Amino acid sequence: MLLIPCPWCGPRPENEFHHAGQAHIARPEDPAAVDDATWAEYLYLRTNPKGAHAERWRHSHGCGRFFNSVRDTVTDRIASTTRPNA
Amino acid sequence: MMAGSIQTFSFKQLLRRAFGGAWTPQWRDPEPQAGYDVVIVGAGGHGLATAYYLAAEFGIRNVAVLDKGWLGGGNTGRNTTIIRSNYLWDESAAIYEHALKLWETLSQTLNYNVMYSPRGVMMLAHSVHDTQVFKRHVHANRLQGIDNEWLTPTQAQAFCPPLYIGSDARYPVMGAALQRRGGIARHDAVAWGYARAASALGVDIIQNCEVIGIDRDADGAVTGVQTTRGPIAASRVGVVAAGHTSVLMNMAGLRMPLESFPLQALVSEPIKPAMPCVVMSNTVHAYISQSDKGELVIGAGTDVYPSYSQAGGLHIAEHTLDAICELFPTFRRLRMLRNWGGIVDTTPDRSPIIGLTPVPGLFVNCGWGTGGFKATPGSGHVFAATIATGIPHPIAEPFSLDRFRTGRLIDEAAAAAVSH
Ligand SMILES: Cc1cc2nc3c(=O)[nH]c(=O)nc-3n(C[C@H](O)[C@H](O)[C@H](O)COP(=O)(O)OP(=O)(O)OC[C@H]3O[C@@H](n4cnc5c(N)ncnc54)[C@H](O)[C@@H]3O)c2cc1C
Ligand SMILES: [Zn+2]
Repeated sequence: MLLIPCPWCGPRPENEFHHAGQAHIARPEDPAAVDDATWAEYLYLRTNPKGAHAERWRHSHGCGRFFNSVRDTVTDRIASTTRPNA
Repeated sequence: MMAGSIQTFSFKQLLRRAFGGAWTPQWRDPEPQAGYDVVIVGAGGHGLATAYYLAAEFGIRNVAVLDKGWLGGGNTGRNTTIIRSNYLWDESAAIYEHALKLWETLSQTLNYNVMYSPRGVMMLAHSVHDTQVFKRHVHANRLQGIDNEWLTPTQAQAFCPPLYIGSDARYPVMGAALQRRGGIARHDAVAWGYARAASALGVDIIQNCEVIGIDRDADGAVTGVQTTRGPIAASRVGVVAAGHTSVLMNMAGLRMPLESFPLQALVSEPIKPAMPCVVMSNTVHAYISQSDKGELVIGAGTDVYPSYSQAGGLHIAEHTLDAICELFPTFRRLRMLRNWGGIVDTTPDRSPIIGLTPVPGLFVNCGWGTGGFKATPGSGHVFAATIATGIPHPIAEPFSLDRFRTGRLIDEAAAAAVSH
């Protein structure tokens, strides 16, 4: 079980959190204007790196807020967690 | 069929060896050549099966299978070996049933005992929703000509006596879907059997050879791979690397609809035969059967975050053991001997990706996630056909990478809820 430092509440056990996928994936501003490939990329394509991975978590059994983290997917060590737009 | 230096297994051979004379190695250990007609990346069951069918059915024998570790050391050698074909959608049922038919004669085909044991796979329903979903599967399977039958709780317990069906159970059993032709096989033997048969037909299996780059010409077409044992030329490269597929495809500039997660399994101390069949409960993430050694083989769920750590969280395994203890009170006092993890590559619709890619000469077979062992022979067969002809095999065609653009998903995620 990971020990995840919530940027508001401090270190808490993983089972207080909900994983919310790869970070920084922006929904196209005007979905009707983009082609199928761009839309598929937004919906389905993921970097899935072996190494540093930017991801989102939600502290669902705590403050309830979303935040970003950078975790190494080989060691599972969390390098940093940050408040959104920080 | 077993040409060359490989010995055939038979009763006569067994008798002879009993009185002396050593068994020879099961496959050659060649140095990599400068180039091949086809290079397969990943010597798991799917990669080895692909190479075997390329050589045996399509006459392409100048083939290498490369692995960064030892053959069968990935998910093939780490899985709980549940085999079944009672999937919901026609496309899925077609490919898993293609595989199941090949399982039925695989030991004879390969002259290698893969210990396929059709002892029945029973999927438990614990809620009204489960009941409706599984009955829908039973009806769909009947239309597809695939055996799958609905059992009442009493019938389920008659089929699997250690199962507790009392109404006070934490996860009450409301019925079960049973595929009698489903079962298990010996995972290592599948890798070894395909490796031995492919090697005998001329395929080079090169272990401890990690692919670190994919070479392409000015038009973007594949020309070969860079490895830790030097460059290897090939105009056709098939990536069959399970959890590491994203890493490899990235070497050719492609992003994939995949995420890699740790999935765990564990085995108990050996006991006398107590579990006559396979029992799955998707709802509580519990998968259980008994090996011929007597160990209970238990599969758990995936972690919630993507990882390549090949070791899942303890709480995930505990959750499964909680459920097992509730469903099978007799097993409560058993000790667990070993646990381990594998890295599974999951797609958004929980169906595999088999076929061509936007890069000419680059083929991919991945996305089997938590449930691809059962497909090994069928997957290898249709992938070999696809590589040999350059045209997707009809059974593979719906599983194209392009389906994520067209929207023609094969949504077993919604159908099966979780692992399968
Ligand atoms: C715990 C667990 C339980 C499971 N239970 C079941 C089950 O009950 N039933 C079922 O049907 N399925 C099950 N599965 C899923 C099943 O194991 C897989 O879908 C299937 O085995 C995948 O086979 P494969 O040959 O594609 O991959 P693998 O066997 O993982 O082979 C891929 C190979 O690629 C190699 N590789 C990776 N990167 C490189 C590189 N850069 N260069 C060279 N080689 C590379 C790896 O070393 C590996 O040997 C389970 C999986 C796990 C982990
Ligand atoms: Zn918090």
